[in-house]
Amino acid sequence: MTTLDSSKETQKNNSVDETHEDFRMFGLITFLIADGMTFAGFFAAYLTYKAVNPLPDGAIYELELPIPTLNTILLLVSSATFHKAGKALLKDKNSDSQKWLFFTAFLGIIFLICQLFEYFHLPFGLTDNLFASTFYALTGFHGLHVTLGTLMILIIAWQSRINGGRLTSQNMFPLEAVELYWHFVDGIWVVLFIILYLL
Amino acid sequence: MTISIDPQKTNNESLQPKGWLRYFSFSLDHKVIGIQYLVCGFLFYLIGGTLASAIRIELASPMSDFMPRDVYNQVLTLHGTIMIFLWIVPVVNGAFGNYLIPFYVGARDMAFPRLNAVAFWLIPPSGLMLVASYFVEGAAQAGWTAYPPLSITTPQSGQIIWILSVLLLGGSSIFGGINFIATIIKLRRPGLKLMQLPMYCWAMLGTSLLVVLSTPVLAGTLILLSFDIIANTGFFNPVLGGNVVVYQHLFWFYSHPAVYIMVLPAFGLVSEILPVHARKPLFGYTTMVFSIMGIVVLGLVVWAHHMFTSGTPPWMRLFFTIATAFIAVPTGIKFFNWVATLWGGKISINSAMLFSCGFIINFVFGGITGVALAQVPFDIHVHDTYFVVAHFHYIVYGGTVFIIFSSIYHWFPKVTGKMLNEKLGILHFTITFIGFNLCFAPQHWLGLNGMPRRVAEYDPQFQFVNQISSLGALLMAISTIPFLINVLLSMRNGKDAGDNPWNALTPEWLTSSPPPVENWEGESPLVEEPYGYGKEISEQK
Repeated sequence: MTTLDSSKETQKNNSVDETHEDFRMFGLITFLIADGMTFAGFFAAYLTYKAVNPLPDGAIYELELPIPTLNTILLLVSSATFHKAGKALLKDKNSDSQKWLFFTAFLGIIFLICQLFEYFHLPFGLTDNLFASTFYALTGFHGLHVTLGTLMILIIAWQSRINGGRLTSQNMFPLEAVELYWHFVDGIWVVLFIILYLL
Repeated sequence: MTISIDPQKTNNESLQPKGWLRYFSFSLDHKVIGIQYLVCGFLFYLIGGTLASAIRIELASPMSDFMPRDVYNQVLTLHGTIMIFLWIVPVVNGAFGNYLIPFYVGARDMAFPRLNAVAFWLIPPSGLMLVASYFVEGAAQAGWTAYPPLSITTPQSGQIIWILSVLLLGGSSIFGGINFIATIIKLRRPGLKLMQLPMYCWAMLGTSLLVVLSTPVLAGTLILLSFDIIANTGFFNPVLGGNVVVYQHLFWFYSHPAVYIMVLPAFGLVSEILPVHARKPLFGYTTMVFSIMGIVVLGLVVWAHHMFTSGTPPWMRLFFTIATAFIAVPTGIKFFNWVATLWGGKISINSAMLFSCGFIINFVFGGITGVALAQVPFDIHVHDTYFVVAHFHYIVYGGTVFIIFSSIYHWFPKVTGKMLNEKLGILHFTITFIGFNLCFAPQHWLGLNGMPRRVAEYDPQFQFVNQISSLGALLMAISTIPFLINVLLSMRNGKDAGDNPWNALTPEWLTSSPPPVENWEGESPLVEEPYGYGKEISEQK
């Protein structure tokens, strides 16, 4: 009884049955607050630039809205499909859950493809001017989050396979964690869409 | 939802290395990780101290004769970065936090032991990377603040390695912060209320909140800075339309709270040490808790007082002056509480107590110059002079490092089961205290008379005072020798400490020394009054 193996085995807070509350979600939320602060720093920098650094004449662009609007819809729908996956798993319908997860990952991949398509058709490059740099830094950092999220969804989709998958209605945490992360990334995108494209 | 412990999985004890090899392993034991942090941090302290000695040797004469000017810049950058990110932050948070917090909340380990081990093992590689950058094309030269455009125009490789290293250390710090918050909030023993926790828990909770809220902003800023350096973007480069002041705002949004990340845990540790050696309850527990949280809130909204000369508009100067002056209130409350704890106590004059009292004395100086620096007219006069250097070192060396030594003297018996030699300890304190004040007190005068910081050469009229300062630095370097001898000898031949040599009441003393792997043989004790000294005697009367 002395080996420290992992958080769930070592943490016995000495109640009689040697169990403790599951605080993995608490840790994840704390991490997401930290991650959100990174974005807050980027947003603050962008808004400050907008307020105090006038751009040269050739550097004011009307951004095309159709692709980012489509992307916003894609991410919002993917949040809903992810929620569906969780519901299905809770009812022990693993194969339904897996289908929803794959569909969510598919939406994430479409988002990334649209994002790349937009990058290739924009009239400015990374180093053209301050706005261009900030634009690519913000959307790129968010795109990195979407990429990681999509990979994690694919992993849990594999884990929710019927025979031998570790993701079951008794072990929901991996799905819940990735779901919270995915909603967080969606929320960041909505803020980003508003201040980068609409403001 | 609850998690139950699977007895089969906990039975692979033999996989963990035994003896001293534990300290080189990916151990999940919070006590091992705490010692890893401490020893690793101390080795970097020796490196950073050597660099500080080099700076003081250079400044003993007005000309740059000991080393070339660009090497001087590299040395001062490495000194600052190593001391802050690899010595003070990891030791005062990581080392003592990991060792003590699980005891204080009555747990067997931290909330996320694996994350904890990952957080520690990020530190040695990033530290070595930082030191090694000197041998590539020269280390970073832009100071620990890495202000652009300086950091963009100096040689690239050193600056990029510096950024990578600080990013890794920031990641380590965030992981640690998440772990401390979860441990203190979620892992308390049943029956233990928040307001019964020892003060160090509150200090670490406040510190971890600051870490989680502000360190990511620094990470984002440094990523943008690295884009400026590598990809030729213009976020902070005025030539390309960027704005250097934005960097300063984002940087100080982390780096002012970083001062509290360095000093709040020291406040907590001194609140543990004083009651034990004065045999009195900690004065004003509740006010102490509220002042810690007050410092956390105010600490997040004072950053621009570092930027009074950066073209900051008057309304912003006014706001940040007032907010900064307000921080003196909670800090003052804590200060009076410590003095009141000592007042009328049965004080034992030992090394731990001496270092804590040294902290109180030095911290008054640092605090007063801090309030002075918050005033715009005064700050504009002394900005970027040695006055700021003196103020900063009074806080982080006179404050935090004194408490690190005090804590080592206080908890060494618990960690090793052996007592440290008191005579060598008092010698260590005496040399450190005299050396420290001799080194940094004259720098106030230098700064008021206009000697700029971070420059290898200076006006010859300052030579005599600089030599006094260098003499102090020499004493500080010497003071490490009795300490090292003391630790190395006492580990082998020190007299046995027993479980509770100080008759302390906080939970870590209620187990054996050194503690067993999961902290307690049976159930963890419920300590409702960690500072109940003198209670029994007064009740008997």
